[in-house]
Amino acid sequence: MTHIKEQGAKLYTITIFSENTVGLLNQVTIIFTRRGLNIETLSVSQSAIEGIHKFTITAFAGEETIIKVVKQIDKRVDIVKAYYNTDEDLVYQEIALYKLSTPKLLSLGSIEDIIRRYNARILDMTDVWVVLEKTGHYEETQALFKELSEKIGVLQFIRSGRVAITKSRVERLSDMLAAMEEKLKIRNS
Amino acid sequence: MRKISGSQALIEALLHEGVDTLFGYPGGQAIPIYDTLYDYKDRLNHVLVRHEQGATHAAQGYARVSGKVGVTVVTSGPGVANTITGIADAMMDSTPIVVIAGQVPASLLGTDAFQEVDVIGVTQPITKWAYQVRNADEIAWAVARAFYIASTGRPGPVVLDIAKNAQVGMTDYQPVIIDHIRSYIPVPDMETEKIAEAAQLINEAKKPLALVGQGVILGNAEKELLHFLRKADIPAASTILGLSALPSNEPLNVGLLGMHGNIAPNLKTNECDILIAIGMRFDDRVTGDLNTYAKQAKIIHLDIDPSEIDKNVKVDVPVLGDAKMTLGELTKQLKENKHTQWIETFKPHWDKEIESVIKSELYPETGALKMGEVVHKVSEATGNQAVLVTDVGQNQMMGVRYFKFSQTRSVVTSGGLGTMGFGLPAAIGAKFGAPDRTVCLFVGDGGLQMTIQELGTIMQSNIDVKIILLNNEYLGMVRQWQELFWQERYSETVMNNPDFVKIAEAYHIPGRTVETREELDEAVKQMLETKGAYLLEAKVLQKGMVYPMVPAGTCVTNILLGEE
Repeated sequence: MTHIKEQGAKLYTITIFSENTVGLLNQVTIIFTRRGLNIETLSVSQSAIEGIHKFTITAFAGEETIIKVVKQIDKRVDIVKAYYNTDEDLVYQEIALYKLSTPKLLSLGSIEDIIRRYNARILDMTDVWVVLEKTGHYEETQALFKELSEKIGVLQFIRSGRVAITKSRVERLSDMLAAMEEKLKIRNS
Repeated sequence: MRKISGSQALIEALLHEGVDTLFGYPGGQAIPIYDTLYDYKDRLNHVLVRHEQGATHAAQGYARVSGKVGVTVVTSGPGVANTITGIADAMMDSTPIVVIAGQVPASLLGTDAFQEVDVIGVTQPITKWAYQVRNADEIAWAVARAFYIASTGRPGPVVLDIAKNAQVGMTDYQPVIIDHIRSYIPVPDMETEKIAEAAQLINEAKKPLALVGQGVILGNAEKELLHFLRKADIPAASTILGLSALPSNEPLNVGLLGMHGNIAPNLKTNECDILIAIGMRFDDRVTGDLNTYAKQAKIIHLDIDPSEIDKNVKVDVPVLGDAKMTLGELTKQLKENKHTQWIETFKPHWDKEIESVIKSELYPETGALKMGEVVHKVSEATGNQAVLVTDVGQNQMMGVRYFKFSQTRSVVTSGGLGTMGFGLPAAIGAKFGAPDRTVCLFVGDGGLQMTIQELGTIMQSNIDVKIILLNNEYLGMVRQWQELFWQERYSETVMNNPDFVKIAEAYHIPGRTVETREELDEAVKQMLETKGAYLLEAKVLQKGMVYPMVPAGTCVTNILLGEE
């Protein structure tokens, strides 16, 4: 079964700040599952704010759907805040690793050419295999994959989930948390 | 500090939260909790149900009438699995319950141990919060957090999955108070500019209509609602969960919304110029086809849950916040107003409904008893003071259409999930939640048999619920759909029923069957005069129908009225 994309679907990046508790990923993913949305990429790490974890998820959907999904994620008790962005609001990156046959790579003649053109680098190498690394947007890592596949074949390939940072100055969350603490102080005083 | 067991810490924490009643069922991984309860019998009433589903519905019934958190205690595995329907129901209907489940010892988690089920995984989609307690030291904190989350903001179910080792382990108990969670905003900030915008729209409105949802009751905003409506002279219709927020005899109460609601408010939804939705979520059973729903109106939506805004219906002015506050603020900015002409336009539709539907349902002169007739008689005989509990289906629609209410928190029904079998256990819980009120359950022959074992609970705990069985020997609501939309192909909706009065008798619950109009008054009187539980079986018209009806997915003005 192929996945049917909603009409007018666009790639959105959803950023979620959460407490670091067990089972959080499940709470997030079931909200996508319920609406039959495929998660394209996912990465989880600590944020710049201590104790708060950050999920970066990409998914294709219409904006109305994404708004509803983000609100339903935000509603979960352990989620501090969820946002969505389109590519224009973000600086984002993915990383890809390519395992290739060393003899075949050498047979291309100029390794330097491919490394320079794609701004890739060699991570490890034996006389049997070599591992290239390239960071970039999907289209860029995919272009290298395509060229290598066509010319010499790729033994193994992996691409990470998107990591993204908004173009605003700090994590927007810090403002929100500061405002919340202020309110608490007022309430408790 | 004195060390106590996790189980004792649990019970102490429950008492600290003001819990007085538990609905539960013991089992292997909950024995330590039950052992502790044995010492707390004088302080904590445990109601032994006959099936864990019943425990959750009872907790719901308790919560709905009392406004307090309902509590269920069950064992691991099948015990907690049986609570799922009640948890899902509480999630849909925003009912604050806490389900406390035993779990296998932490050391056995993930090993497919006997009676282990992944409770957190299973319940996360249908709970406001689900948490696994793995050691005794967490218990006081987890209970405090559970009650805080279940009862604040938009209420909902919480599950605490307590591993056996946490129950038997020793801990320094100290009560915990939680009144803040940094990742959780129970009540969003009220935006004054939105209030002003809403007030302006309402002040300019010629034909305003308010839709009252359960949010009014959950927010204890009944008084504020009445002031709001009266000041600006706004007619108000109710969802089934919003019923009893306004008294039935309030002149501005123009009736029930939705698929089996009243003609007038459904039609007027598509005629009003301003629609003011208060603590309701535009369920499809209320809106019908969204593409034709209230397109002419500007829509103001008051809700505590931001994820409800624009979820089903695009809103012109969202007003986030607690209904008590937002209604109060909004009312301050309203002009005194009169909409006499507009309100008068509801009347002909009411007259039409009375003529074409209500008269023949409530006051038939010949033929078999009708469902509405029975509901009406019971409501009248209680002076419209009783708590209405319903099961799901025709009995429910007849109950909510014809029962009358004088005070708030008088309706316990499964709205969002539509859970057959909800009624009997929910009525049990309702009686504990409102011990001084008469609790009348309307249930069908189908739904009663889904949780009929709870008659045992009624017997054992001497619970005074009046059970009115509307027996039509069919799964009536599905049969109605089959008659209307499926060429009368009554696939699996015919019921071969037992003698219900004899079954009740086996549980020492008195009862009688009525088949004729002449004996109905007397039978209702007998039921209400009997001390304790009573089963009144009314053999009603087998192919009775609930009208009016807006067929699913069609426009709210597309109203079927039957043959009249």
